[in-house]
Amino acid sequence: MSAQSDLEQPGPRRVYRSAEGRLLGGVARGLAEHLRTEVVWIRLAFVLLTLAGGIGIVLYGAFWIVLPQRVAADAPPRTSRGFNEHQVTQVVAFAALVLGAILVLQRLEIGRIGYPLAISLALAAAGAAMLWRQLDDAQRTRWLQVTGERRAGIIVRMALGAALVLGGSAFFLASRSNFADAGESILAILVVTAGLAVISSPFWLRLVAELTAERRERIRSQERAEFAAQVHDSVLQTLAMIQRHVDDPREVGRLVRAQERALRGWLYRPPATAGASFKTALEELAGEVEDEHSVEIDVVVVGDCPLTEATAAQLRAAREAMVNAAKYGAPAGSTISVYAEIDDGAVNLFIRDRGPGFDPDSVPADRLGIRESIIGRMRRNGGHAQVRSTPGQGSEVFLEMPREPAGKGT
Amino acid sequence: MLRVVLVDDHRMFRTGVRAELGDAVDIVGEAEDVETAVAAITATRPDVVLLDVHLPGGGGRAVLDLLATRLPEVKFLALSVSDAAEDVIGVIRAGARGYVTKTITGPELIGALTRVADGDAVFSPRLAGFVLDAFANSPDTPSVDEDLDRLTQREREVLRLIARGYTYREVAAELFISVKTVETHVSAVLRKLQLSNRHELSRWAAARRLV
Repeated sequence: MSAQSDLEQPGPRRVYRSAEGRLLGGVARGLAEHLRTEVVWIRLAFVLLTLAGGIGIVLYGAFWIVLPQRVAADAPPRTSRGFNEHQVTQVVAFAALVLGAILVLQRLEIGRIGYPLAISLALAAAGAAMLWRQLDDAQRTRWLQVTGERRAGIIVRMALGAALVLGGSAFFLASRSNFADAGESILAILVVTAGLAVISSPFWLRLVAELTAERRERIRSQERAEFAAQVHDSVLQTLAMIQRHVDDPREVGRLVRAQERALRGWLYRPPATAGASFKTALEELAGEVEDEHSVEIDVVVVGDCPLTEATAAQLRAAREAMVNAAKYGAPAGSTISVYAEIDDGAVNLFIRDRGPGFDPDSVPADRLGIRESIIGRMRRNGGHAQVRSTPGQGSEVFLEMPREPAGKGT
Repeated sequence: MLRVVLVDDHRMFRTGVRAELGDAVDIVGEAEDVETAVAAITATRPDVVLLDVHLPGGGGRAVLDLLATRLPEVKFLALSVSDAAEDVIGVIRAGARGYVTKTITGPELIGALTRVADGDAVFSPRLAGFVLDAFANSPDTPSVDEDLDRLTQREREVLRLIARGYTYREVAAELFISVKTVETHVSAVLRKLQLSNRHELSRWAAARRLV
């Protein structure tokens, strides 16, 4: 919404017609907002100017045409059915305006105007007002977007407005001559109107086509902009960082893996499924450890289950095991294998590295990582852990967490 | 020496593989799409084709559909950056004897090519995971062909260890069997994967395709 951002930018303030709380075109309210006064003063000024020779109406009409309408972003959508109190007031205001205009004209026209002209003017004015309202800025932009019932409603209202204008003119012509000629006059008007419609139809059709094309182009360029932003934020940034780290293969590998994972996630992952699944959580966890420790972790998961307190604890233990493997057990170029198998009875997790290995029995008592964060944590949550390692052949941590019987967990 | 044809639509990648393989194998041909692949393979009759899963003109699968039965002596090893299960299972069922990811190291790739040339199957941890998932034990599902539709306990153990990152040699040591026996088990699993009409398998693949 450019109108909104105009407000936030420093610079000359612009006048708009107000879309909310208006009685006619929102001119008075818009001016009141601009001049920071009560709307009632502006309205009063227009009325007084009108009484002083009709200049108020002309001014109001000019403002209505010239000023753009502003629609607040959070404005409640207009309800299409039923009249509320405000709309009733609006109708009354319209009627008063038309009546006032007639009275003014009657006075100006040196008493010779007569009711036929007044009525035809009233009809034509009502029709014109209807048409103009349909073609208000906001409506016009919405015109191409609405479909079906609402669109039909707009068309009916526009047709009605046009009919009123035509009717008013016909009535005027009829009143000028005798009623026998009225039919011919109406026919003449219809013929001329139809002729005008035919002549101008290519213009209208082209306008509609251009609007549609423009809208399509706008959507396409928005998508392209979003795509470009995504590529810039991710791929281009990563490439720039890689160029700065060409001498550090570990860092480059880390950047590449992180970027690959992000890109895959953006391209292929269904948007809403992330969250409470064990598989997703494990893959995210492995990604974090990959990033933090510049290692490669190959995750294979068979089956899936929702995350529970117990399996979340198991994941924390798994993270500790992955970090250990990354720190002590991953010589450059080797991969840490993580395998999870979920069946009805238990969640089994294996974390294997190809490092130097160690003797599990000789782990000092103060090595909290394995003793507390892995074995202790699993035991406290009802599972168990086992560490296998042979010097020279890497190590493997096995984490088993029994699943709660079905029905209890949910 | 092993005669190999490289099929991948990225020339950079083919160059990289060529450099990694070095003098260990004889690269007799290269191709970049289905049409050139069929021509190159038919002309050179290599021992092994290193076949990218994603190829212009129908994918690696189209190459397999055209050649796997016509040239039974040519073995195919599928290679992909894709982790998508249906791609992997698709090329295996079309006749590839194994699947490796593009991050595989040079020596590992040479090992895999040799193994495939010898008629054995090459299962990466990921493929093993997919197979275990596809053949998940559901006791109440009716089986058309008991022999083809289920994995034996031993095959399951072997696959599980491969999924955990064990090499064939490590699997053999772990289960106190010979490497040859491990290869026999893996080949049996490959056969089941290719021949089983187990409806879970197709349903499983169909469900994955939605993701």
